Amino acid sequence: MGFSLTDVISICDFSKKDIDFVLEKAAELEKTPKEKKSRILEGKIIASLFFEPSTRTRLSFETAIQSLGGKVIGFADPAVSSASKGETLSDSIRIISGYADIIVMRHFIEGSARRAAEVVKKPVINAGDGANQHPTQTLLDLYTIKKEFGKISGLKIGLLGDLKYGRTVHSLMYALAHYPNAEVFCISPESLRMPQEIIQANSGKLKIVETRDLQEFLPELDLLYATRIQKERFVDEFEYEQIKNIFVLGKQVLEKTKKGFRIMHPLPRVNEIKPELDSTEAALYFEQARNGLPVREALLSIMKDVEK
Amino acid sequence: MKETDIRLTPIKNGTVLDHLPVGTALKILEALQLSKPEKAVTIAINTESKRMGKKDLVFIEGKELTKSETEKIGLLAKGATINLIQNSEVKNKTTIELPEKAIGIIKCLNPKCISTIEGLETRFCIEQEPLRAKCFYCEKTMHEKEIANAIK
Repeated sequence: MGFSLTDVISICDFSKKDIDFVLEKAAELEKTPKEKKSRILEGKIIASLFFEPSTRTRLSFETAIQSLGGKVIGFADPAVSSASKGETLSDSIRIISGYADIIVMRHFIEGSARRAAEVVKKPVINAGDGANQHPTQTLLDLYTIKKEFGKISGLKIGLLGDLKYGRTVHSLMYALAHYPNAEVFCISPESLRMPQEIIQANSGKLKIVETRDLQEFLPELDLLYATRIQKERFVDEFEYEQIKNIFVLGKQVLEKTKKGFRIMHPLPRVNEIKPELDSTEAALYFEQARNGLPVREALLSIMKDVEK
Repeated sequence: MKETDIRLTPIKNGTVLDHLPVGTALKILEALQLSKPEKAVTIAINTESKRMGKKDLVFIEGKELTKSETEKIGLLAKGATINLIQNSEVKNKTTIELPEKAIGIIKCLNPKCISTIEGLETRFCIEQEPLRAKCFYCEKTMHEKEIANAIK
């Protein structure tokens, strides 16, 4: 098999070959007839453990499990799990692993997925561990780019908004670094710049430009990946109020962009993208969210054969 | 008599840490929990050094360092020399390299990390120049000053 990992924990664990294998599998599954697909996880039980609520990620995973013919056990509300009685994650996950063939887990504690993978013999898929990693989001982002542009290498990609705290853009930087000649424009207010250690780690592999000016580079971009500026990140509400509307994308953006320009967003959005853009060709964000399904199907179908 | 001979003579049996960057001697005492020692400890701070210009030294009577103690010193003072002294002679001299991994010797400073919350044995990947330690669990990276404060 062209996939080297026994768990899906962090995008930093993925080689280019691993990423490409998942993207190809996702494309293949999109073309696979429903009936054939529904036998892939036949007889398998998948634990869907959401120690932190996340309705969309959970529904996407559970839809993927069901469309592949698997059965789901688990919980969507941590209040019903033993964690609420004070049990450690390590103990909870050891017990649950006795019932399931694959574990899909979201947890607010950073590093929880890595710990879970360490203590159980079943493959673990990280559906988000606090502010740390959300690898299936990055894979669906890459899948969306590949599907839309036919390639990832050589594209000019703008990352916009909160680049300091946004885990999606951090992971995307590491993933894009696998693809030759990709150019990344980090566009943010001064206080929300991409962390220097991420810039340094990828500067040998990616051409990176840091700027506060969206307008200057807009005509060059193939793709703009917008992110939400999160209120909860600011200690000073006044600072948030000053920054929150600094990058609001509306139809006027399209006057400056080149043909084929697209906008992505991990969603939910607040006011970063005006609804007037939703019906334009540039709006790729809803398609991006839909692409979570084939990507998660691909990961589940790959992980069912994993032996740890 | 050579400069180093003068420095090494106070120890009959034990360890001399030489070529420590200035300012690291006290940190090392703290890291090795020798600030309230049962053993006799002598330190020299900001002394002349032909190789380094200035350096610190630590003399510990009656003690051989363990592997984890050596790794801790490696994180604080890469390139330092450990002299094992027996019967007032240097029996062994090694230069301390930076460990590639640090297992159980530094704590993760991220309060939201599973290793902190569940009290797990910590695991870090160490990178050189600049010195950085990346937590195996939460993937947060600590820099040189943070590492010095995180040594258990």
